[in-house]
Amino acid sequence: MSLTLLLIQCLNGLQYGMMLFLIAAGLTLVFGVMGFINLAHGVQYMVGAYLAFAFLHLTGNFWLAALLSMLTALVFGLLLEHFIFRHLYGRDHLDQVLATFGIIIFLNELAKVIFGPATLSLPVPELLSGSIPLTPELRYPVYRLATIGAGVLVAGLLYLAVGHTRVGMLIRAGATTPQMVAALGVNIRRLFTMVFGVGAMLAGFAGVIAAPIFAIEPGMGDNILIVAFVVIIIGGIGSIRGAFLAALMVGLIDTLGRSLATLATGLILPPSMSDQVGPALASMLIYILMAGILVFRPQGLLPAKGAA
Amino acid sequence: MKQTRKFLLGGAAMGLALGLGAGALQAKDLTIGMVVTLSGPPAALGKQIVDGFTLALDQKGGMLGGEKVNLIVQDDELKPDVARQKAEELVKRDHADFVVGTVFSNMLQAIFKPVVTSKTFLISPNAGPSTFAGKNCNPFFFATSYQNDQNAQVAGMIANQEGFNNTFLMVPNYQAGRDNVAGFKRTYKGKITGEAFTPLGHKDFSPQLAQIATSNSDSLFTFMPGGMGVALVKQFTAAGLKDKVKFLSVFTTDETTLPAQKDDALGDLSAGNWAPDAKTPASEAFVAAFEKKYGYIPGGYAMQAYDTAMLIDSAVAKVKGNLSDKKAVQKALEAADFTSLRGGFKFNNNHYPVQNFYLLKVAKNAKDQYHTSIVREVVKDYGDDFHQQCKMKM
Amino acid sequence: MVRDRAPIVAGTIFALLMVAPFGLGLIGQGYLTGLLMRAMLLAIAALALDLLVGQGGMVSFGHSAFVGLGAYALAIGLQAGIESLLLLTLIALAVSGLFALITGVLALRTSGVYFLMITLAFGQMTYFTLTSLAAYGGDDGLTLWSMATLLGTDVAQNAGQIYFVILVVMVAVWWLMHCISQSRFGRVLRGARDNPERAEVMGFSVFRYRLTAYVIAGMIAGLAGVLTAQQNEFVSPALATWQHSGDLLVILVIGGLGSRNGAILGAFFVVIVQDLLGAVMPEWRLIYGPLLVLVVLFAKGGLNRLLGPAQTGSVA
Repeated sequence: MSLTLLLIQCLNGLQYGMMLFLIAAGLTLVFGVMGFINLAHGVQYMVGAYLAFAFLHLTGNFWLAALLSMLTALVFGLLLEHFIFRHLYGRDHLDQVLATFGIIIFLNELAKVIFGPATLSLPVPELLSGSIPLTPELRYPVYRLATIGAGVLVAGLLYLAVGHTRVGMLIRAGATTPQMVAALGVNIRRLFTMVFGVGAMLAGFAGVIAAPIFAIEPGMGDNILIVAFVVIIIGGIGSIRGAFLAALMVGLIDTLGRSLATLATGLILPPSMSDQVGPALASMLIYILMAGILVFRPQGLLPAKGAA
Repeated sequence: MKQTRKFLLGGAAMGLALGLGAGALQAKDLTIGMVVTLSGPPAALGKQIVDGFTLALDQKGGMLGGEKVNLIVQDDELKPDVARQKAEELVKRDHADFVVGTVFSNMLQAIFKPVVTSKTFLISPNAGPSTFAGKNCNPFFFATSYQNDQNAQVAGMIANQEGFNNTFLMVPNYQAGRDNVAGFKRTYKGKITGEAFTPLGHKDFSPQLAQIATSNSDSLFTFMPGGMGVALVKQFTAAGLKDKVKFLSVFTTDETTLPAQKDDALGDLSAGNWAPDAKTPASEAFVAAFEKKYGYIPGGYAMQAYDTAMLIDSAVAKVKGNLSDKKAVQKALEAADFTSLRGGFKFNNNHYPVQNFYLLKVAKNAKDQYHTSIVREVVKDYGDDFHQQCKMKM
Repeated sequence: MVRDRAPIVAGTIFALLMVAPFGLGLIGQGYLTGLLMRAMLLAIAALALDLLVGQGGMVSFGHSAFVGLGAYALAIGLQAGIESLLLLTLIALAVSGLFALITGVLALRTSGVYFLMITLAFGQMTYFTLTSLAAYGGDDGLTLWSMATLLGTDVAQNAGQIYFVILVVMVAVWWLMHCISQSRFGRVLRGARDNPERAEVMGFSVFRYRLTAYVIAGMIAGLAGVLTAQQNEFVSPALATWQHSGDLLVILVIGGLGSRNGAILGAFFVVIVQDLLGAVMPEWRLIYGPLLVLVVLFAKGGLNRLLGPAQTGSVA
């Protein structure tokens, strides 16, 4: 494998990591601050993608569609919070799992009923549609570079917001000792709603970004939700820094693993076997990583609780 | 109080179940059960099969072979245990005379045994695994589609004919994916520059595309059904590979995915047993009627389902509606005495089709709709490699 | 102690299931036994999971791995020429027990949601391993052409009386879980769930108790896998997906945690409701999804609570 190829794979890993981070950030905040397991977070990513599709058809302008999608995703998240999730905050984790699982089932089916079961797609916006030559035979799509940029930007904003504002301080305090924050007279409900809204908007934003490169289809959020959970567990629940670090790790390891695993197993196994073992091993890598980290650091890499 | 409510609910549920069962039982017509995937994204394929079959039924005035048809459609939900249970219901409750299914090979594996051991005829309108083509071939099983390896083998021939010398192979890491790679290698004579197995359902191909770009390949052979295909075709173009590397595939650029792939797929090559612009009168009439009724261009799935209905029609007519003589029904099905939309069609000794295969190319019609288009015939009366191992007994 | 109605409720269910095939046969609805068998197979796996989740407070999200292992142990054993169901079951129990022992030692270093995720990791590893077994069908799975025999008979086959074999196993597993929950072992497990420090101080090795429960639950899920393979006459990696693990958890929560009967009630509820809704409309998930939300919001403690007072509390 050449050095340029390795570089490209790193860029790809970085891009996948940023995508994961956008989803994981909301998930880890909601989980950390409210102790709420929101399985429906992945479906909000799907909602973002479908909204982008619908708004693009209505307005014909990608940027306007993206903005409208994010706002609608925010409103949609707040509605969910108001009518359903609010009643689940004090409940057993498993109750939350079941209720949000029910919402996934409903929204996946609703998307199918409204938009049909077939896969949809969005064109890449004109402005970002080209590709940059890295070497004579290797080009890299501008849109993917832009997603990396967007991810870094969001990470930076979140870092500033959580680390250097009053609300951010409350969020950090809420993640470590929620009772104390409430006792100090802070309107914890409003804080929760706000955190939830931001999380929903980020998931929707990730969906909008994903729409032009991946396929839009019912259930598109289910598998990425599981990976996002892996990310926030590795990073430590409630920790934005942890989620960022873990998202990059998972993105890079998964991407590089896929291109290297078969090569690596080919060194020790005959080709017919390494063709089977390699890809299976590549799919397992992030789970092996998570299990390994949890065995040695049962609270993840950068746990929010106790180490604010 | 709470208990009463519970019992009431239970009672209502039981009554509903019985009512449904009893209703189905009274029908003394020709009962055809269908097990296809109608959940999740692959539902697009299942829908084509249901639509294609229903269209045939409508054109025949709801009758096949002179018998009134009671069609029961079941969703396998892409879960083996659900598929098996639905198939059992069709066989035991509805006493189906024919079961038509499935879309996917793994679902066919799940329903195969309960259907054929009950001596009910099972006709696959799509899935064609090698499992039932060789020594496990069965008198009660027919496939009107193809044997899974055939399309990939034909793609290998196409690669030879088109002068591809350096081909990169990429498939999802599951059985059908590996079968396609094996099929392609069986006929392809050029050099294979690399192989990539991606996780099933994974839609980010940038790592593999980078690998392709640096591998000095002149062509890519792939099998990426559904959403994976949509993502791949778009990313392939975005990475600037379209001008340098020929895109050759099976089940990747078809009528279910083209509406999303659009211009990015134009000119892409594939192997197939039919395309909606096939120049037979039957096919032209079918495509027109289908578009009029359902508002989209039918793909191979719909065509095969339509043929399946016509096959049943011919067989039931041949035995004059007497379905109790299983041997006679089997003979009638084997005769395949119907006009296939594909033109020539007959069954091999293993009940898989012998048919022509074509080189297809993605094109755009006058109404700006995307579809596959026949470029030329690649191989005539092509059977699969497993039929010699089949000793059909009855 | 509150009066325990669980045995009465369970006894009623078992008696109904005992006569169900005859009754259904009489009214020409014999195919419904297939539905009941599917529910019972899920109930067996869910009963095992309840030992972990309900009694032990260990929420496992990888329980279907053991079901998959049990099923594949049967399938691979059959291919290797072993025909005795008893022998195959012993192998399956050994395989799933050993896997539980190894993964349990690692997983039990964590707790709470971290335990949930590490068990998911082991489940996914199992799933991907099964999909890579090309010799046994890979993702497509494997049709079992010949079935295992019970003491040389076809009693445990679809051609025979597999319905009653599954029923007997389910009753036996229920009884085992009942005994465990009444035993000292069960009390320690619950004690450790509610207050692990106190259990440690009292001289119990919480880790050992939990590991034992994890191994028992894994083996019983393996047994469920054996029966599932035998009944489906087919195995596939789909048995070991995380979605299947999730289904088992859903069954438990709907039925009610920590109550033995909950697992059975939940399994029957899920299977029958899905089948009924599916018969009414193709878009049945539009109703099923909100139904789950309503169960959580308005039926706290699950279906089991509707039938009588709680027995052993739920997870903290």
